[in-house]
Amino acid sequence: MKVSSNWLREYIDITLPLKDLAHRLTMSGTEVDSIEVIGEAWKGISIGEIVAVEPHPNADRLKLVTIDLGKEQATVVCGAPNVRIGEKVPFARVGSQLVDSRTGQTFELRPATIRDVASDGMACSEKELGISESHEGLMILPPAAPVGVPLADYLGDAVLDLEVTPNRPDCLSHIGIAWEVAALTKRHVRLPAVQYPEEGPDINSLISVEIEDPALCRRYCASFIEGIQVGPSPAWMQQRLAACGMRPINNIVDITNYVMLEYGQPLHAFDFPQVGDGKIVVRRAAHGEKLTTLDGVDRTLAPDMLAIADSRIPIALAGVMGGADTEIIDISRTVLLESANFQPASIRRTSTILKLRSEASVRFERGISPDLALPAIRRATQLIVELAGGKAARGIVDVYPGQSEPCTILLTCSAVRGLLGIDMKMEQMVDILTSLGFGCEVTGVAEVKVTVPYWRMDVRQRVDLIEELARTVGYDFIPTTMLSGRLPGQVLNPVVNLRERLRDMMVGCGFQEIISYSLISKDRLNKAFNERGALRVANPLSAEQEYLRTSLFPSLLYHLASNQRHEEAGIRLFELGRIYMEGDGDLPEEREMLNAVLSGSRSPLSWLGEKGEFDFFDAKGVVDTLFERLGVAAQFRPVAHESLHPSSVRDSLHPGRSAEIVIEGTVVGILGETHPRLCEVFDLARQTVALFEIDIEKLLRHVRDGRTYRPVSRFPASSRDLALVLSRTVPVSQVKDIIMSFQLVTDTVVFDIYVGEQIASGKKSLAIRVTYQSPTHTLTDAEVEEVEKAVLARLSEELGATLRS
Amino acid sequence: MLEELQELKADATSALEKTTNLRELDEWRVQYLGRKGHLTSILRRLGSMSFEERRAVGAAANEVKFELEEALRAREGSLKERELAESLERTSIDVTLPGYPVALGRLHPVTRAIKEICEIFASMGFQVVEGPEVEWDYYNFEALNIPQDHPARDMWDTFWIDTPEDEHQLMLLRTHTSPMQIRLMEQTRPPVRAVVPGKVYRYEATDATHESMFHQIEGLAVDQGITLGDLKGTLFEFARRLFGSDRKVRFRCDYFPFVEPGVEMAIDCWICRGAGCRLCGHSGWIEILGAGMVHPEVLRRVNYDPDIYTGFAFGLGVERIPMLRYGIDDIRLFFGNDLRFLRQF
Repeated sequence: MKVSSNWLREYIDITLPLKDLAHRLTMSGTEVDSIEVIGEAWKGISIGEIVAVEPHPNADRLKLVTIDLGKEQATVVCGAPNVRIGEKVPFARVGSQLVDSRTGQTFELRPATIRDVASDGMACSEKELGISESHEGLMILPPAAPVGVPLADYLGDAVLDLEVTPNRPDCLSHIGIAWEVAALTKRHVRLPAVQYPEEGPDINSLISVEIEDPALCRRYCASFIEGIQVGPSPAWMQQRLAACGMRPINNIVDITNYVMLEYGQPLHAFDFPQVGDGKIVVRRAAHGEKLTTLDGVDRTLAPDMLAIADSRIPIALAGVMGGADTEIIDISRTVLLESANFQPASIRRTSTILKLRSEASVRFERGISPDLALPAIRRATQLIVELAGGKAARGIVDVYPGQSEPCTILLTCSAVRGLLGIDMKMEQMVDILTSLGFGCEVTGVAEVKVTVPYWRMDVRQRVDLIEELARTVGYDFIPTTMLSGRLPGQVLNPVVNLRERLRDMMVGCGFQEIISYSLISKDRLNKAFNERGALRVANPLSAEQEYLRTSLFPSLLYHLASNQRHEEAGIRLFELGRIYMEGDGDLPEEREMLNAVLSGSRSPLSWLGEKGEFDFFDAKGVVDTLFERLGVAAQFRPVAHESLHPSSVRDSLHPGRSAEIVIEGTVVGILGETHPRLCEVFDLARQTVALFEIDIEKLLRHVRDGRTYRPVSRFPASSRDLALVLSRTVPVSQVKDIIMSFQLVTDTVVFDIYVGEQIASGKKSLAIRVTYQSPTHTLTDAEVEEVEKAVLARLSEELGATLRS
Repeated sequence: MLEELQELKADATSALEKTTNLRELDEWRVQYLGRKGHLTSILRRLGSMSFEERRAVGAAANEVKFELEEALRAREGSLKERELAESLERTSIDVTLPGYPVALGRLHPVTRAIKEICEIFASMGFQVVEGPEVEWDYYNFEALNIPQDHPARDMWDTFWIDTPEDEHQLMLLRTHTSPMQIRLMEQTRPPVRAVVPGKVYRYEATDATHESMFHQIEGLAVDQGITLGDLKGTLFEFARRLFGSDRKVRFRCDYFPFVEPGVEMAIDCWICRGAGCRLCGHSGWIEILGAGMVHPEVLRRVNYDPDIYTGFAFGLGVERIPMLRYGIDDIRLFFGNDLRFLRQF
């Protein structure tokens, strides 16, 4: 909302510098985005009258123009086409700052001789003054413009650009802002005196108004003016409208806009002869009814839209936009003026459905008061009579089914103290509320009955009044205190707790955290690791962000690929985030996941040499480390084809180099290398990508943080190595499980695996170091040998393992 | 005989000086002082001498032996010294070469900011809780005093979830973390003191300062006797801990349907110190968060009696904090996940 300070001064004395006023308004809730000063640069420019026009002696297209400036006259050389004796124009003296009409740059006007004739200055176009882009001719000022007066005094203004919050439709008007200024600067508001002659016939003999749906139309006022002359509105009105960002159209339309900006009440003028039978019916549109609105668009209406109709057809879309057929045009002579009040939600729905926001709909949907309709229509009628001629009919049609009592609220000092933490004197409270237009009736020592003025529909309960007090004195006056009192019992969220531990561990393992979009494209969703039931957004911004992800992998792989293009070293990325699955009737399931990818060389290029490339076992090493910290023992088994994972997950993994992570029989995640085909799908560099995924909630159920201290054995351990030959298909974990099941064995480490010459085909050789230790005594060689023999016997019996000879 | 001894001593001394390492030194010791060495062989001949001669030669021989042993020890010391020096020389390195690479992981800057902010509030007794990102319209709007067709809904452009036609409630991606105000109060009785970090979503065209997904932290404190002064005090303390104790803090009136009075908090711009610059949009102030006293309608909604309980709530955008702090001028960088960007934090 743009507010002209010149205009505002009609209703309120502005006693503060505008910058300070802007600060006060901002602090009290109406943010001033900027102050635009019109005419700030017009030094040395004043209003002149053309008194003589003579041909230039040396140029056909130029003229010598004598301009009267009151105390002096100046002669300028001028080529503008609209130079005429008697016109008032802006005149710039030498030294003025002007805008170059070709380059748009500011320049200082210097003395000039054009074709041997000296020019004392310059008559200016609107473009040269920086007012508009118009440069077809001189800017012609209204005949009433005072000669010799600086242009800035006549046309200058300071326009405040306000950001009005949705609860304050009253501030979308100059009078509304005047009330704010009044309270902030302790001044009084002057409202326009509205009186006009009612010389026409009784209005009820000319028009009738019927409200079919009073829930949607709380009030409808209409006035009637005949014999008007449509033409441009006076310059002062045009200037004010332009300063507030509205384009002047004609006097009738300008008056409706002017009163809207003055009072905050949207009005509409109908060309009366086009209104069938002089009858206004406010009703829901019939299914499929058509209306061409003022913007020239043919619109199809529906029953949830409120229409203003005549006896036959809709002539306006209530509260949103008028119809083209009843528009005021140059030859209109009779006006039916509407000032009504419509239900906010209905207006909002209609303008949303039609994607048609107007100055009117914005005000109606925010809920302006029905009591505003009458003063506004009287003001507009007065201005039409004054500025467009014509006779107003006697009286105003006022159908007001939605009338209600003024709102009263009981306010106590203790309520103010309770919410603001300050003691405010009754006198001060009354002063503030009165200056904002509230009625105050002190009903007790510390109690006041407040009547809310009709235009403040946003104030409905005690806290609203308390905000009025706080924002008017300023929040700076509220003391700063610290919370005291009880603390709530702390409830821990174990999933979040585990997630944060994992986050720190992943960073400790050398991974970079990323955060990617929850919304991904259908294409990316389907590329890999897609689980069932992705949720779709009904109104996506683009196809890029249409589905809620069901796995973090597609985004991780995408970001891996895009980083591979500029990273030479290996990349380790992880994300902790949610995936979203369709729920059963309730909200979707949101699962916290940890996903990680690793790819590229294990160590960056270095003089210390290469360490090979990341693969399955790097990922597994990280998983082992996490689980070790968490006290979790997991098994890893190949991702079986008949496993629980959907085929999209299985197909994304290398079938021979991937595993399910199983804890106590539950699958808590997957681990592996990507299927080679994913390189192409994700545009990845041709190298191994290792990855893993852990479902945090599932993992949580197995985390045992309770650790029990075990004494360190005082007796020496002894290690012996075994070289075993067994079938290649036997997993090492089975070998280790058997060895570890013996009581005196404390550790086993596989330190070599060999397949090839000297080993029968289909077999492999394993070198295992076994550590034996007793908590009670030093083991003898004989004891160790006995255990080793038993170990070998079981390995041979259960796995067919033999000692390598 | 005595001459022979003197010759031997001269020989040995000059030979000793020629030794260059401990091995040669040992050979020298064997040659001159060993059991089969020169000195020993001279001493062996003592038996065939007269008593007088024996005494004189014996004493001289012992003296030579003593002197040579002394010389040996001295030589040994200096050779050891030299060998150590040589070995140090041999094993010295170019200290400017890079060290063994240690893999360094990093948190995302948004995570880091969330942790930091939550820790500040946790130290003031706020517990950290989280809530669903896919929400019902009821929690995101309705219960927060923003009914259907309320003009304030324009403040939160919304992604709606495609739901089956028989679903009567509207499902959406939460546009703010405020729905957790309702969920929290539904679950507990006062006192309530919590912060809620999380992702939020806006149906908004993206540019350098707008993202369709970002993070917020919601705060809520409800109990008897909580005032606007407490809101100011808590947020003032927070701002100074996060941005430094010399920051000025400004509270102005603003509007959010679920609070009354409504508050916007800004801090003075640390680039221009209030004079106005590009960072603060020439206002001298940088908006940090929206806040206010919990609206009585919201309290009634969760069956808290607004005549007994009051409280305050606030919500702040997380990305804004690292953007301001590090001078990041495009919010989209956070989810672009370019390592060249992420590595800087």
